[in-house]
Amino acid sequence: MATINTGNKNRYDKLFNDLTERNEVAFIPFITLGFPNKDQCLKLIRQMVKAGADALELGFPYSDPIADGPIIQKANIMALNAGISRDDCFDILATIRAEFPNLPIGLLLYANLVYGTGLDETYERAKNVGVDSILIADAPLREISTFKDAATRHTIQQVLILPPDANHEKRQAIANLSEGYLYLLSRSGITGTETRAGIPTRDLIKELTTLNSAPLVLGFGIKTPTDVAAARSAGVAGVISGSAVIEQILLQLEKGNDINVSKFIQAMKRAAKRPNRMAR
Amino acid sequence: MLDNLPSPYYGKFGGMFVPEILVPALEQLETCFLGAINDDAFNDEFYAMLKTYAGRETPLTLCQNISPNPKVKIYLKREDLLHGGAHKTNQVIGQCLLAKRMGKQRLIAETGAGQHGVAMAIVGARMGLDVTIYMGAKDVERQQQNVFRMRLMGARVIAVDSGSGTLKDAINEAMRDWSASYEHTHYVLGTAAGPHPFPLIVKHFQTVIGREAKQQVLAVEGRLPDALYACVGGGSNAIGLFADFIDEPDVSLIGVEPAGKGLDISGQHGATLGTGSNGILHGAITKIMQNDDGQISKSHSISAGLDYPGVGPEHAFLQDSGRVTYTSVTDQEALDAFHLLSRHEGIIPALESAHAVAQALKDAQQRPDGSILLVNLSGRGDKDLAQVMKHSEKEAH
Ligand SMILES: Cc1ncc(COP(=O)(O)O)c(C=O)c1O
Repeated sequence: MATINTGNKNRYDKLFNDLTERNEVAFIPFITLGFPNKDQCLKLIRQMVKAGADALELGFPYSDPIADGPIIQKANIMALNAGISRDDCFDILATIRAEFPNLPIGLLLYANLVYGTGLDETYERAKNVGVDSILIADAPLREISTFKDAATRHTIQQVLILPPDANHEKRQAIANLSEGYLYLLSRSGITGTETRAGIPTRDLIKELTTLNSAPLVLGFGIKTPTDVAAARSAGVAGVISGSAVIEQILLQLEKGNDINVSKFIQAMKRAAKRPNRMAR
Repeated sequence: MLDNLPSPYYGKFGGMFVPEILVPALEQLETCFLGAINDDAFNDEFYAMLKTYAGRETPLTLCQNISPNPKVKIYLKREDLLHGGAHKTNQVIGQCLLAKRMGKQRLIAETGAGQHGVAMAIVGARMGLDVTIYMGAKDVERQQQNVFRMRLMGARVIAVDSGSGTLKDAINEAMRDWSASYEHTHYVLGTAAGPHPFPLIVKHFQTVIGREAKQQVLAVEGRLPDALYACVGGGSNAIGLFADFIDEPDVSLIGVEPAGKGLDISGQHGATLGTGSNGILHGAITKIMQNDDGQISKSHSISAGLDYPGVGPEHAFLQDSGRVTYTSVTDQEALDAFHLLSRHEGIIPALESAHAVAQALKDAQQRPDGSILLVNLSGRGDKDLAQVMKHSEKEAH
């Protein structure tokens, strides 16, 4: 276990520096841990990393995911129905960390998964399995101190979400606080592929850069390579795509096919590498 | 200005644990509410509507036949006689007026028993607002008459299939809608739970129940009652009754939760305060029913309005401080009280309210002669007739 802890202290910094040098943005897939079951989830994660995922955003399945649309809700339900527990989630994380020591790993959780089970216990266990960052979908800036303090105690980077319509005061505060990266919300609403991503304005990106924000990662509604390319041209440092990934998997499961997301991840990563003429 | 904002916390409970995207909508609501309650014109409109449209004040009725000790008096605060058939209409009028003040034409809400949804449909029709109601699929099934009522008055009712198909899932779905629609839509949460400022707002508009009850009981008895009883789902009728008595140390306050099929059977009751632990659900730190992994448990109650694994944060606080005692009664005890009140007082109570009646009947046996008990009869039982009929048929076999 100790070898896991002594890994790269700031994997995000290293990743974003490397990508900037290569003129690329990060492609970060999101998946619910234990979806569709423990073994297949591990297999999917390995596929994604090998196909070019630069980092991972992983969620614990939750009974009441109010920020999620039907696709991620379904992934949550399937994982829970497969009997996935908190211990299983930490198991998967430890396995992944051991296999990919330099890969940035972020958790996307709901507040009760952290608070209801014991704040310090959650952050400590996350640290012990080599998690880099935690983002809590229902912990806004005005309630963040509870979580941020625990994150600091356990040297986890606390990521905050910035909505596209936030006022200047909030932009400043969140740019100040978010560590590892800053989750830029592409649009209002819940996760899902029905409503496409909004692309942030150059002014917003310039302002956040001036405010010394952590690298900007755009999420919500990132569905196709075209979305990735558009985000890239807008000047963000990375994109997160969750519902689109899970939608692919659900389709393959429905058809009874072997699940394979490599092609999808490769296509998305390709768009993260070079400018896309169509998106100009 | 900022210094004057009310605290979002009740001790360690409460707060605003929602996605960042919803914070401006909640803060806008808070600002609007604080302005409104200091505006005479707003208050006049609110009370006028309560009086001339909803039928306040509601009577205080002395039970003549059901008290197990004739020397212990049981009074009922008759929210069942309010327009819409439950206390819910009080705060729906308040929040719809707030929506109008914010210029929001579309309203969304969750409903459990359907009473909040019915109140929404009523006030929406009256005020010409566009109303969408989210209701758990299981509740749609067991409250079909209320679904029809809502549709009659022009509300859109959407059955929510996810999760347990009850109140908690309807709240989830309403929050999801709101996170995309907040600019033009107001979410009228139906109970004294959820993120700040909902617990504060709902309490404010429901306090009329206890204020009237206090005056009424003083007028007939010349003294305050010894104990107050109210059922607790999310906690709106209870906080509405209790609020004006919290600073009266001689009045016992008793909140009654649903013990369902028994407190010892997990997933078969809704006694959040009785059996739950600290957690975060629907935007607030409060007592919730959850497993060791922090997953929200399924709840059960014969009454859809009490079938909720959370509770308003102020109740968690009042339990901790010891000011309010929270007890629970089973489905069967509530049914017995439902029949008793129907048969011997000519009042058919909502199954929710029957929980409070059942607890008062139990306590009346122990109370000394001369005691006065006051029960919030939060709603009428018409909506429950089909379900009680089904239950009676099962019993007969
Ligand atoms: C008649 C009646 N009483 C009580 C309740 C429970 O809600 P609360 O605890 O908010 O009063 C409901 C909810 O639907 C209801 O319809």
